[in-house]
Amino acid sequence: MTRSGITRRVISAVAALCVCVVVFAIIAYRPAIATVMRPDPRVFEPALVAQGANVARLGNCVSCHQSAGGRPYAGGYPVKTPFGTIYGSNITPDPATGIGAWSSAAFRRAMREGVGRDGSHLYPAFPYTHYANVTDGDLSALYAFLMTRPAVRSVPPANTMIPPLGFRPLLAGWKLLFFRQEPITTYPRQSTAWNRGRYIGETLAHCTACHSPRGLLQQEKRGAQAYDGGWSGGWYAPPINAHSPAVRAWTVERLEAYLRTGLSTAHAAAAGPMGSVTYNLARAAPADVRALATYYAWRMRDAPAARFARPLPDRRALASQRHPDGARLYEGACAVCHEPGAAMMVAGRPALPLGTPLHEDNPRDTIQIILKGLLPPVSPRGPYMPAFADALDDRQVSEIVAYLQMRHGTGPAWTDLERDVAKARKEGE
Amino acid sequence: MSGEASRRDVLGGLLVAFSLAPAAALAQTGGGEGSGGPPTIAPDLPGTLAKFPDLDAWIRIAPDGRVTVFTGKVELGTGVKTAMAQLAADELDVAIERIDLITADTGLTPNEGVTAGSQTLEQSGTAIANAAANVRLLLAEAAATQWSVPVTSLFTRDGAVLDGQGKRATYAELAASTSLAVRARADVPRKRRAARRLIGRAIPRVDLPAKLTGLPSYVHDMRLPGMMHARVLRGPSSGTQLTPDIAALRRQPGVARVVQAGRFAAIVGPREWPLEQALRIASRARWVRDPAVPTLPPMPAGLLTMRRESQVIDNRRDDPGARGVQRLSARYDRPYLMHGAIGPSCAVALFAEDRLTVWTHSQGVEPLRQAIAELLAIPADRVRCVHREGAGCYGHNGADDVAGDAALIARAMPGVPVRLQWSREQEHGWEPLGPAMLAQVDATLDASGRIVDWRHQVWSNTHSTRPVAAGDLLAGAEIIPPFKPTPPKPIPQPNGGGDRNAIPLYRFPNQTIVSHFLPDMPVRVSALRGLGAHLNIFALESFMDELATAAGRDPVAFRLAHLDDPRATAVIRRAAARFGWARYRATPNRGRGFAFARYKNHGAYCAVALDVEHIPDEGRLIVHRAVAAVDSGEAVNPDGIRNQVEGGIVQSLSWTAFEAAGHDGTRRTDYDWSTYPILRFADVPRSVTVEVVDRPGTPFLGTGECAQGPTAAALANALASATGKRLRSMPLTGRLPTQA
Amino acid sequence: MIDLTVNGATTRIDIDPATPLLYVLRDDLGLHAAKFGCGLGQCGACTVLVDDKPVFSCLLPVGAIGTRKVTTVEGLGTAAKPGDVQCAFLHEQAAQCGYCIPGMMARAEALLRTTVTPTEDELRTAMAPSLCRCGTHMRILRAVRRAAVMRGGGVVDAAEPVT
Ligand code: FES
Ligand code: FES
Repeated sequence: MTRSGITRRVISAVAALCVCVVVFAIIAYRPAIATVMRPDPRVFEPALVAQGANVARLGNCVSCHQSAGGRPYAGGYPVKTPFGTIYGSNITPDPATGIGAWSSAAFRRAMREGVGRDGSHLYPAFPYTHYANVTDGDLSALYAFLMTRPAVRSVPPANTMIPPLGFRPLLAGWKLLFFRQEPITTYPRQSTAWNRGRYIGETLAHCTACHSPRGLLQQEKRGAQAYDGGWSGGWYAPPINAHSPAVRAWTVERLEAYLRTGLSTAHAAAAGPMGSVTYNLARAAPADVRALATYYAWRMRDAPAARFARPLPDRRALASQRHPDGARLYEGACAVCHEPGAAMMVAGRPALPLGTPLHEDNPRDTIQIILKGLLPPVSPRGPYMPAFADALDDRQVSEIVAYLQMRHGTGPAWTDLERDVAKARKEGE
Repeated sequence: MSGEASRRDVLGGLLVAFSLAPAAALAQTGGGEGSGGPPTIAPDLPGTLAKFPDLDAWIRIAPDGRVTVFTGKVELGTGVKTAMAQLAADELDVAIERIDLITADTGLTPNEGVTAGSQTLEQSGTAIANAAANVRLLLAEAAATQWSVPVTSLFTRDGAVLDGQGKRATYAELAASTSLAVRARADVPRKRRAARRLIGRAIPRVDLPAKLTGLPSYVHDMRLPGMMHARVLRGPSSGTQLTPDIAALRRQPGVARVVQAGRFAAIVGPREWPLEQALRIASRARWVRDPAVPTLPPMPAGLLTMRRESQVIDNRRDDPGARGVQRLSARYDRPYLMHGAIGPSCAVALFAEDRLTVWTHSQGVEPLRQAIAELLAIPADRVRCVHREGAGCYGHNGADDVAGDAALIARAMPGVPVRLQWSREQEHGWEPLGPAMLAQVDATLDASGRIVDWRHQVWSNTHSTRPVAAGDLLAGAEIIPPFKPTPPKPIPQPNGGGDRNAIPLYRFPNQTIVSHFLPDMPVRVSALRGLGAHLNIFALESFMDELATAAGRDPVAFRLAHLDDPRATAVIRRAAARFGWARYRATPNRGRGFAFARYKNHGAYCAVALDVEHIPDEGRLIVHRAVAAVDSGEAVNPDGIRNQVEGGIVQSLSWTAFEAAGHDGTRRTDYDWSTYPILRFADVPRSVTVEVVDRPGTPFLGTGECAQGPTAAALANALASATGKRLRSMPLTGRLPTQA
Repeated sequence: MIDLTVNGATTRIDIDPATPLLYVLRDDLGLHAAKFGCGLGQCGACTVLVDDKPVFSCLLPVGAIGTRKVTTVEGLGTAAKPGDVQCAFLHEQAAQCGYCIPGMMARAEALLRTTVTPTEDELRTAMAPSLCRCGTHMRILRAVRRAAVMRGGGVVDAAEPVT
């Protein structure tokens, strides 16, 4: 190749790059929206604020926008992603550290487009991909609700993203690749509740954010893979479609009870990240929770459990023989609550084999609940389990898990348990 | 302290008080709950000395100089052991380390009935202090006779009588020739304040070093040679009956014995863990509802529909013509509450040579002894009940029942000590609950904003089913033929049961107080710390705030305007000042609340101020500050008083804000701390301050229960100020708006 | 046969390895500090340290301990020579009935072994698994703050100062 040829190529490459950069900059650029005086909370209609409260509950906003022991909506909850940790922002109306200076237009743009008031792109850990389709009415209500919260002056910790992902304009590229706005259409053949449940579940409640698998760049998989099970905070969110591993049907009534109380007597208690979802749904409009239950019961209508109630196996002798250590550990640490005759069982709390974790295709939830235990999800009165992370080592937890699966499980045999326990410990930290 | 100073104090004290009537000897004695025991035979003597006037019933001195003090009262975690030792050591002039305290033992100590109602120091403390003063004088007199000098020329120090010129006789020497089996004299003075070394000081608790280092301190910790463990078999809750498979249980490894008597059944074995496993297997058995237990109507309205015996307990018409301009009414209620001791009930029993010994954490060893004797059909003098500490019970929980259970098992296994511990689930399901209650208050304000008429009505079951007979123990109703429980009856004023503190201390020209006693008990209930005072003060003091608001007055000023008791006003002013009531500025969702009461109208005065924030969106509350002032009369141990009031505030916050026992109409539904949650560290106040107003020379006033009512009302008042919403039903947090 | 190291001494015991540690401590080793409260991991009365971690001994099968070292409140000091956490609790008179207190002290010890400068929130969170019915919480917190100071640290944003 001639020298001028090389030069030409370099020049055109540089030019192409420049064009790309410029085009990208144009795509990525979002103007800042001017600040406003914090609106007087009294200007918002109480009915609108109440509607907004319900929207916030359905959206589970507080889970990410409140730190442990912190004030609601003041931010600070660490969302762990493979690319680093993102801290939920302060969305109280404090003008300096929250969103008090945001106009409703700025708020709307953030919710719909994932762009902050100052024009910076927001990480999709904030699920604007779902909020894009929230109705105008719901957005105004949510704005009214947030603007009437007690203002809390609080700056959450800085995000710790691996380079170069701290460079926010790159997010425009992610949006280009994965951000599709597909409006939520109404299906007239389905009931009003179903349509309402679909709207809430696909937008505000952003259920797929946990319950769908994600791709390499953390984008949610769609289509046939939607609701096929995903991951959240070191926990597994099982499929809530035809692949639901539950051993008892998720009827509308059961699902509604589960979402509103954190407990289904035919399944188990809400644990891990699902706990706070039920905490919020317990405080949302009952009709909306029923609508959600209607829609997701429909999504699981073809799951095996919907067709027949599998017998609950109890291979106690076999499990003890195969996993004698697990059996002994279970006897001393678990049986006091989980064996028939235990007070909890006599009182009608669900039996261990009814819990979905033992039937999932991976052991993660079973492991996590042993390590972390369970706090009553909805109110101080409710299912509780102590954490065993400090009491048992990885091998011991894996032995209990192996024993339990051998005794009650219905899914594929789990392997490499000890490694998974170590991983769960780390991811859940 | 120099010998001179002590000499002057002691002699002066003796001389002065001989001529004057000793004020401190006029201690109060209570009645009703917390009293009991034999009749008064020496009415001129203070405290329980009136019932046991002989000095050696209370104090004995050994040849090595150690002093044994006997009390029929028990240590419930309130520090009374320390207070008693302080009283005895100070009045006797011996080192506190030389005092050995023997608490409630039917074989050794005076029968002082039940330890309850915050009357331990009023009754037993007064007796011990006066007995000690008597003994000291008696020994000094013995020395005076020996040395042929007037007793007023002698003084005492550190367990010896001295003449100041070099003569010295130890108490042990003097006691060898002096009988303490003599009647106490009514005219013996107590030590003067300036001469005291221990009374009035924050002496560290004598029992804590052992408890904090793991030395056996509780009945749960007893391990006797050859002891067997036992577990009792019962249905999931009071009001149910279990039909366990006894034959299968006998085959269960680790079960050495199944003891059965009628429907009563228990398993016995050498180790605890196999018994726990067997208990779980036994619990798989079928259980049925006890047909004898009536169903529970929906609460609290159901209380109004129950059969009742109504009584006007106070009626005053000082100014019948007073003109009211504004009339307010309100209803307040509380649910059934659990005692919820952290350690489940436990007892150890040994039946040997036709005699039964029971180690128990019951609050009333004497009545328990009667009940157990009847249960076993043996004479009471063959039964000995010895108190051993348990976990803080705060009233009549499973302690007596488990002792009855253990007695039945032990009788079946002569010679073998049996330790029976209830499971957590049994404690939650079977302990008698604190009664649900409802109060209605109506009042009229005149044009100047003064209350001119007041009407308080309260509906409640009994507040004491403490055992006096076999039928009052769970096992008594399970054996065949079963015993009948003692019919409940109201506890009369001035202590009161359900109507405790229903009569206001305020001066209202016209008032009517009505107590509606509900004899039928769909839920087994009994004494819980403060009895009716918790709800009555909650109602009274919440309503005072509602009236203050209606009258446009500051709540503290409004209270002071209706009081004429200087000690009450002093306590209120002290709490308000320390809290900074006048300076307080409310911020959004945050407010202050005040409440006051004199417990039982004759116990300690207590005022509580709270600074509380409500977190909308969560319905959660943060108690930023709690400030209390308390007047317990003469403060024997100010730190003990502070400890009681701090604990009372925190416990009452738990009751009032969070707690309610579950019931499905036919039976109780709580079986552990997840179904009956209590306050955890996340919800305790950021700070609690207790000011003790000391009143030396005045009688001891019961303190243990004085904070429960004022704290409850102060919380409701603070929440009303923080949220604008008046909550009148407990638990309060369940009713907080989740959205502002 | 199980070898168990408690408070520095190793004992060999013949027992069903499923037996929760609490029963072994109380019934076999005569160590009464750890208490039975619920047996369900809900109250913390049975808390002991296992290799520096606070553990509900009522739910820890003795066979699972292996070579890990168990420390009970007896191992923190004696009535004659109390350890610093015990001294702090005595100084604050942090007990009413005292039944919950050994569990509280074990939990406090575990916290202070991790950090002697916890925040007030960390302190309260660390103590959260333990229940007290007597309402001794304020004194318990004061005692732990005092113990932190005795160890050369202190609670960073203490709700009440250590005096
Ligand atoms: S006894 Fe272990 S936690 Fe309650
Ligand atoms: S001091 Fe009694 S339970 Fe804590």
